[in-house]
Amino acid sequence: MDFSGPGDSQPSRNHHKELIFMQTLDSNICRRSFLGQTAAGLGGVALNSLLQAEQSPTQALMSLAPKAKRVIFLYMAGGPSHLESFDYKPMLEKMNGQAMPDSFTKGQPIAQLQGKKLTCRGPYFKFSRHGESGQQISDVFKHIPKVADDICIIRSMHTEAINHDPAHTFMNTGTAISGRPAMGSWFLYGLGSESQDLPGFLVLTSTGGGQNQPIASRQWHNGFLPGRLQGSQFHSTGDPVLYVRNPEGVSEKSQRDVIDATQALNKIRASRLEDPEIATRISQYELAFRMQASVPELVDLSKEPKQILDLYGTKGADGSFAGNCLLARRLAERGVRFIQLYHRGWDHHSNIEKGMQATTKLVDQGSSALIQDLKQRGMLDETLVVWAGEFGRTPMAQGSGRDHHMKAFSIWMAGGGVKGGVTYGETDEFGYNPAVNKMSVHDLHATMLSLAGMEHEKLTYRYRGRDFRLTDVKGKVVREILV
Amino acid sequence: MLKTERLTRKGMTLPAQQTRTMRKLSFAMTCLRLWLFVLTFALVEESFSEVKQVQFNRDVRPILSNHCFACHGPDEKQRKAKLRLDLKESLFEKRKNVLVAIGKPGASELFLRLSHSDPEERMPPEDFPKQLKMSQVNSIKAWIEQGAPWEDHWSYTPPRMPSLTEKKKNLSPIDHFILKRLNKSELSPALPTDSRTLVRRLHLDLIGLPPAPSVVEAFATNPSHQAFTKLVDKLLGSPHFGERLALPWLDLARYADSVGYQKDRLRDCWLYRDYLIRAFNENKPYDQFVIEQLAGDLLEGDPLEKRSWLIASGLNRMNQTTSEGGAQSKEYVAKYAADRVRNTAAIFLGSTMGCAECHDHKYDPFTTKDFYAFAAFFADIKERGVGYPEHTAMPTYAHLDEWADLQNQMTALQVQVKDIVLADEKKVLDEKINAIKDRIAKVADPKKWPKTLVSLRSTPRTVRMLPRGNWLDESGPIMSPAVPTFLGKLDIGKRRATRLDLARWIVSRENPLTARVFVNRIWKQFFGKGLARNLDDLGAQGERPTHPKLLDWLAVEFMENDWDIKRLIRQIVTSEAYRRSSNHPASTKLDPENRLLARQGAFRLEAELIRDNALAISGLLVPKIGGRSVKPYQPSNYWYRLYNSGKYVQDKGEELYRRGIYTLWRRSFWHPSLQAFDAPAREECVAERPISNTPQQALVLLNDPTYVESARLFAERILASHTQDFTRFELAFRFALARSPNNEERLILQKLLAKERSVYSENKKAALALINTGEKPHNKTIDPAELAAWTSVARAILNLHETITRN
Repeated sequence: MDFSGPGDSQPSRNHHKELIFMQTLDSNICRRSFLGQTAAGLGGVALNSLLQAEQSPTQALMSLAPKAKRVIFLYMAGGPSHLESFDYKPMLEKMNGQAMPDSFTKGQPIAQLQGKKLTCRGPYFKFSRHGESGQQISDVFKHIPKVADDICIIRSMHTEAINHDPAHTFMNTGTAISGRPAMGSWFLYGLGSESQDLPGFLVLTSTGGGQNQPIASRQWHNGFLPGRLQGSQFHSTGDPVLYVRNPEGVSEKSQRDVIDATQALNKIRASRLEDPEIATRISQYELAFRMQASVPELVDLSKEPKQILDLYGTKGADGSFAGNCLLARRLAERGVRFIQLYHRGWDHHSNIEKGMQATTKLVDQGSSALIQDLKQRGMLDETLVVWAGEFGRTPMAQGSGRDHHMKAFSIWMAGGGVKGGVTYGETDEFGYNPAVNKMSVHDLHATMLSLAGMEHEKLTYRYRGRDFRLTDVKGKVVREILV
Repeated sequence: MLKTERLTRKGMTLPAQQTRTMRKLSFAMTCLRLWLFVLTFALVEESFSEVKQVQFNRDVRPILSNHCFACHGPDEKQRKAKLRLDLKESLFEKRKNVLVAIGKPGASELFLRLSHSDPEERMPPEDFPKQLKMSQVNSIKAWIEQGAPWEDHWSYTPPRMPSLTEKKKNLSPIDHFILKRLNKSELSPALPTDSRTLVRRLHLDLIGLPPAPSVVEAFATNPSHQAFTKLVDKLLGSPHFGERLALPWLDLARYADSVGYQKDRLRDCWLYRDYLIRAFNENKPYDQFVIEQLAGDLLEGDPLEKRSWLIASGLNRMNQTTSEGGAQSKEYVAKYAADRVRNTAAIFLGSTMGCAECHDHKYDPFTTKDFYAFAAFFADIKERGVGYPEHTAMPTYAHLDEWADLQNQMTALQVQVKDIVLADEKKVLDEKINAIKDRIAKVADPKKWPKTLVSLRSTPRTVRMLPRGNWLDESGPIMSPAVPTFLGKLDIGKRRATRLDLARWIVSRENPLTARVFVNRIWKQFFGKGLARNLDDLGAQGERPTHPKLLDWLAVEFMENDWDIKRLIRQIVTSEAYRRSSNHPASTKLDPENRLLARQGAFRLEAELIRDNALAISGLLVPKIGGRSVKPYQPSNYWYRLYNSGKYVQDKGEELYRRGIYTLWRRSFWHPSLQAFDAPAREECVAERPISNTPQQALVLLNDPTYVESARLFAERILASHTQDFTRFELAFRFALARSPNNEERLILQKLLAKERSVYSENKKAALALINTGEKPHNKTIDPAELAAWTSVARAILNLHETITRN
């Protein structure tokens, strides 16, 4: 993990602090480090790699002013049903219990319903219109409707994988092949980090309401991008960041003593050898120490006023999705670039009615509160919030549930330069295929990058002789939903 | 031709009126262009006052590959204007506008289009993201002027033994090639490194463990060439050599103890890991090593050896598998097939063949047909598309050794029996034989064996060429196994080619890639970077080697000497280049990437070796070789995102102190301490780990109980070694860094010790808490405050950049 990236092109306030720190070092190291740090932004850039002309994404920065400074991705893992959330299908209601027309399903990949009789299943919930915009949202949600005018609902999403694991990988990396960088790593690569004492890409997870599908750390891995761009898991219970707590019996002062001695010895070594990695190591120990100091304060929600805790519906950092939403806001305030909150509870193969109610109860209020809270602090305009799963669910019944569906699903976005109170795209009458303004995962990525001021075709990284992109060879920016 | 291309690209058709206007405009433009052209020419001339000898492979091919091949290269579907720049015959073809007019850039369409002043005419097109620099255009021009000599891509022609001109006495060929290039530069080679650094370097490189202080001192007092080669031989013979060599191979093979997808269930294949260690220790010739891994199940031979070969063939089963509900078998069979093509090509050929799954390769001549024909080699491997992978019971090496030993004993006894006449004696021998038979029956009982993944042959599945890689599309032709067309053809008559044919082709002398790929990766282990920088891509987009002749010399030597890995390594480490200092300010400044090899590399240790190093320094290391993967300390909540919150049951006792190579590798959540130091997920072949430098690494070394416990044991070791603090600092440094501290360094440690003595003597509870970290009980004869204070000193030393760096 890292606190900056080559995207930090301007000397910032971090830079100033860093210089003060650097002045305490041997002047010889200082000079060398200064050069490196200025060229590359601060913190984790290995100077050695820098001298080897580390690939820099400057080309990707657009002349357009970026709208979104950061992203909060509310990841609804498991595949929330679009038909029970944001995509109302009266036709499906009419056809309830009747055979699904063959024309849709013939020759199509099907997951657990393979070889089964396919019957239509109408929506389990009523839909109502909300806000001035009159956005149509399922009645299972009580809180998201409050921000109807702030969100842009997209009903025409589709993906390329029908099973959870590859679909997660596709949503996060733009391909189902393992080993490619996660979108958070790409954002951090392009934008660099603003945070002085926290990693730039953080991941939190919560569970409940449905089958808790596993989620692998490859979903936030840096792939072939530099290791400092890796997403760090932030644990809402236990140690928030792995190994962030001092060993038993070691006070903050003793920890500082040990670090001081390590630093002093490293400095002597640095003065003798021509190895810029040592200076980097020294600055990383300082960052680690600062992180150890700042993380406990960050997760301490006791100072949050009651009305804020009530708004989110949480008592504190308790590992719940709502608690994570509040933490996400605090991380956003501290300059973390990409915050990803997974809620693993949307895989409703059976009893989807109860399941949706249960999962929604855990997710609804926190999602809505986050938008309201960011807005009242004037942060929504510069924070892009995305609410999305890896796919949707079949219009066909799977007993009392619904199966995985990759051809169509609904997501919403808010803030960061996205038009609020807008619905984009449509599916056909059955909610099977996108019918109007089809939007792919690559289009979503391209749009997100563009909101953050990056051209998706230019944000590339050379690996094995090829210039890789988050959007592979596809993707177009959906300008219609931009402010 | 190029003109048509432009129009097609823009999709323009012009009405007559417009065309007339444009013609007038065009005349004006032509005048302007002409003038610009002259101007450009003048500039080119000036900037090229110093004409250097252009080499096609070094200076021209990379430009064409990176900037032109995407539209004018191997990929037929993407090819514009029916123009190929990657083939000699097409580049020099006779056509109306000659692409390359030898000696005349001004008459060469290639140069004219690259240097055209009109952006509409100039190549690459304006909207192509990879634009050319002036200097690159100049290189093309100079190449044409100098007669446009063509060279085939360096790695696609078999390496030939380069001639050693002006061979000097006592100079190894390795040094000959390096000095030849170095002498042309401003740099002089770095001095030989000091003997202590050299011993530490050699240990870390050959066995991945630090030297014992006594070994360092012995060599430091007698640093003769003879002593050095003796040390080299000793380390090459160490059982830890196999562990060191297996480490990067496990990354290549994508070895892991779990299936990968979704629930990521654990699986058993550690026998394959043990096979690798054993193979490297036994110095198995590389060609045999390759054959056993790709086709061990198809080899005939000694029944015991055959079992070992079967274990080796587990390589083909290292891919990720799924058992996710709703996954379609057919889709996953296609995924596994593609995985094997991608990874087999990456492991052995350093080729990016995976690119050809959906379209012809954009830079190298791999076609989509090649991809699926390659996949067909593996179509006979028995496997499930969806479901937990089938395991096979196999003997461990302990079993195999005992088995072989018993058989030898038996043979000997049976020989004796023949000569015996006395009934009594015969009876005794018969009893002995029966006892051995019983023992053999026991050791040969598959029920007692662990299970592992092996390749088992079955009727080959039908492999079709999948249009755009789409597994639902069955319109593509059925493919028979074949090697990539541009690299040759198997000479096997009409029968279906097998994995064994593939393996033998890979290690044939005619294969231009295999030996180069391997020696290049070995070189990296001893210098930090490959001679060809891209360890995983020797194709058109990979960087050309810094020392092509040296690479070829190593490759040919390697093949001519029975693919002898230890011999290759001995040649490398006994070179002068290997023994140079890594500290050479002038070289760092002028040649930061060390392309001239004026100095040795200095680089951070690999993740597993950082762990091993700390355990060895503290004396905690349990140096047992092989066996089931182990579960050392790991944060308790680390696996909770797995299905049903996967429980991590940490091991006890000596399993906590095994080398990092034995740490259980779960692909969805591999050990966080290893991950922090850039260990990969092992989902795909990785030839080179990145080396990052992050705050998370600091947190691991400071706070992971493995390192805290190591520090405490290290402290006990220091305290036991001497009674005087002064000498203790000395010994501590020798254990960790193979050198003595200077006064300044000693003072820093002294200051820390004094501080922590006062902290812990006032807070016994804290002292006990610190020294009770980890499962190994602390030495009760040492005062807890004293031990805690020294533990702090040891922590500082284990956290040093120097401790985790190989210099």
